[in-house]
Amino acid sequence: MNKKLKKRIFKVSGTSFCALVYAFLFLPIVVIVTNSFNATTTKPYQTWKGFTFDWYVRLFDGSNASLLDSFKNTIIIAVTSTLLATVIGTLAAVGMYRYTFRGKSVIDGMLYIPVVIPEIVIGIALLTIFALVNVPRGMLTLILSHVSFSIPFVIFNVRARLAGYDNSIEEASMDLGAGRIGTLLRITLPVLTPGILGGALLAFTLSIDDVIISKFVAGNTYTFPLKVWDSIKSGVSPAVNALSTLILIGTIVFVVLTQSNLLKSEKRKSFKKKRKAR
Amino acid sequence: MKRAKKRFEANKLGVMSVEETRKKMVEMIGVNKIYADHDGHGSNHVVKDLNLSVYEGEFLTLLGSSGCGKTTTLRMVAGFEEATSGTIHVEGESVGSKEPFERDVNTVFQSYALFPHMTVHDNVAYGLKMKKVKKPEIKKRVEEMLELVQLGGFEKRYPSQLSGGQKQRVAIARALINQPKVLLLDEPLGALDLKLRKQMQIELKRLQKKLNITFIYVTHDQEEALIMSDRIAIMDSGVLQQVGDPTDIYENPKTKFVATFIGETNLFEGSVAEVSGDAIGITVESGGFTVKGANFAAGELITVSVQPEKMLYSATPVPGFALQGLVKDQVYVGSILKTIVVLSDGQEVKIERLAGQELPKNGLVYLFWNDADAKLIRDMDSVVYEAAENVTL
Repeated sequence: MNKKLKKRIFKVSGTSFCALVYAFLFLPIVVIVTNSFNATTTKPYQTWKGFTFDWYVRLFDGSNASLLDSFKNTIIIAVTSTLLATVIGTLAAVGMYRYTFRGKSVIDGMLYIPVVIPEIVIGIALLTIFALVNVPRGMLTLILSHVSFSIPFVIFNVRARLAGYDNSIEEASMDLGAGRIGTLLRITLPVLTPGILGGALLAFTLSIDDVIISKFVAGNTYTFPLKVWDSIKSGVSPAVNALSTLILIGTIVFVVLTQSNLLKSEKRKSFKKKRKAR
Repeated sequence: MKRAKKRFEANKLGVMSVEETRKKMVEMIGVNKIYADHDGHGSNHVVKDLNLSVYEGEFLTLLGSSGCGKTTTLRMVAGFEEATSGTIHVEGESVGSKEPFERDVNTVFQSYALFPHMTVHDNVAYGLKMKKVKKPEIKKRVEEMLELVQLGGFEKRYPSQLSGGQKQRVAIARALINQPKVLLLDEPLGALDLKLRKQMQIELKRLQKKLNITFIYVTHDQEEALIMSDRIAIMDSGVLQQVGDPTDIYENPKTKFVATFIGETNLFEGSVAEVSGDAIGITVESGGFTVKGANFAAGELITVSVQPEKMLYSATPVPGFALQGLVKDQVYVGSILKTIVVLSDGQEVKIERLAGQELPKNGLVYLFWNDADAKLIRDMDSVVYEAAENVTL
């Protein structure tokens, strides 16, 4: 009896703890989504004045052109910097995996520094350099900065994939008559793809929500996070909530799509385990 | 000494004239491989002046312990490593400047090296795809090849869904589909369990006979080499020790290394005390004995190898032998009784007898053997020793 009671207490407390954790994680998001349907037009925008789609309409009717513009900038910067960082990072990871050279371990260790260093320091450093060589602050400097802080993350991701990589599959490919380029395209890249994609996704995310470094190097250009940050002085407009909600929906769709793919390959793995057990 | 050399050369000529009638598929002439160390100084000489020919339809095994240069040799033939000096011919054509994808040889890797992102069908079809063979023909040939390695119906599986033995078969099918002139196998059965290994040994041999392709097979397992090979080439620290068919290698080891590496044996190292006719008196640390043999001179260093199953013992002294020891240990291994006799200098002599002939523990026995069972080995040590003796200071 006592034991049963104990079990029950454990179960209830465990469930409520989980519920609290998830509430803590998701309540802020719920607030943003509900506020995007708030009919209020006066500050404070948080008071509920009734349901409306108005903010979504106004997002695209021209009255929020600067907000949309900043979002466009964010996407351009994220896509460009992700592409560049992924190419550079992948090449670096493969090169460092394949060759040994003097000072390799130093270079290896230095990769971690941009990751652990406070962003504000990187921001100041980048601004100083751009000022020193007289590059006008704007899209170019934003892209360059985002590439520079994304590269280590791509390298780490690709390298994790390389850790289980068997070099002899490349030799096997050449042994069977494929040239070096053919081997790269048919064997090396496809096998590394999960690592490369993971790195690219990380770079993309980092670029989209970066505020601190961007603030230093943006000049008069606005990205979406910078725009939101600036609008805080006047209270976050429900239009921002509306755009955020749209981004959220886009992200959820993407995550669901990739996760279902992951689940598929997960199934394959468990199938393999079953076979092994037999 | 001179006479010995003459005999050796005559022997070599005789062997060559027999072998010349067959077509050489792979010929290595004076091949050396030297790796430079990381920091630039020092180097690692892994293959030393290798001369070796492999003939059409032959199953040749490169046998040796790890680090003896056998895998490096294989990789040089495949084109993954470049010989530091010397030439390698495949079908009479020098391949030194050819890339791996330009050579008519295929490799089965120790790690299988299957492409993890491709199905079994795509793995096996890879070589044909590279040769731009038409799709329907690829499908047909892949099916035939998978039938041949008994993997019909596995086309759509991924490598991660296969067992070790199945992966091995896919790797073999993939390497064979291009119908190479020579198939190189780098310890292909090393990762399999004993039972599967035995089964695959027989299957590989069957495949090789059926397709009549030249196999160069690398292994460190002497039993595997003896079972499968037409000829065995034994390597030790980069030097080719002996090439011959399994019986020859087993019965007539030319060096101490070969004698100890192929099966168990007892080595008696000593020097020639006296020569009278074809009888040679030999002194070893724990005694002495007389063997039959020619071309040895008094004072020469000599090693006599006698296999455990050929060792005989007696309770009374045997004429011609002065080898006595105490029975230390007796162990039954199946129907075989393994006995260890310790000589006066501490050397342990292994004797194998059929069960039921136990000796008294700690009893005194006199060891001997039939003349024909003693193999005389003139080792490199003796040459070095002789050279050192001839130096006038």
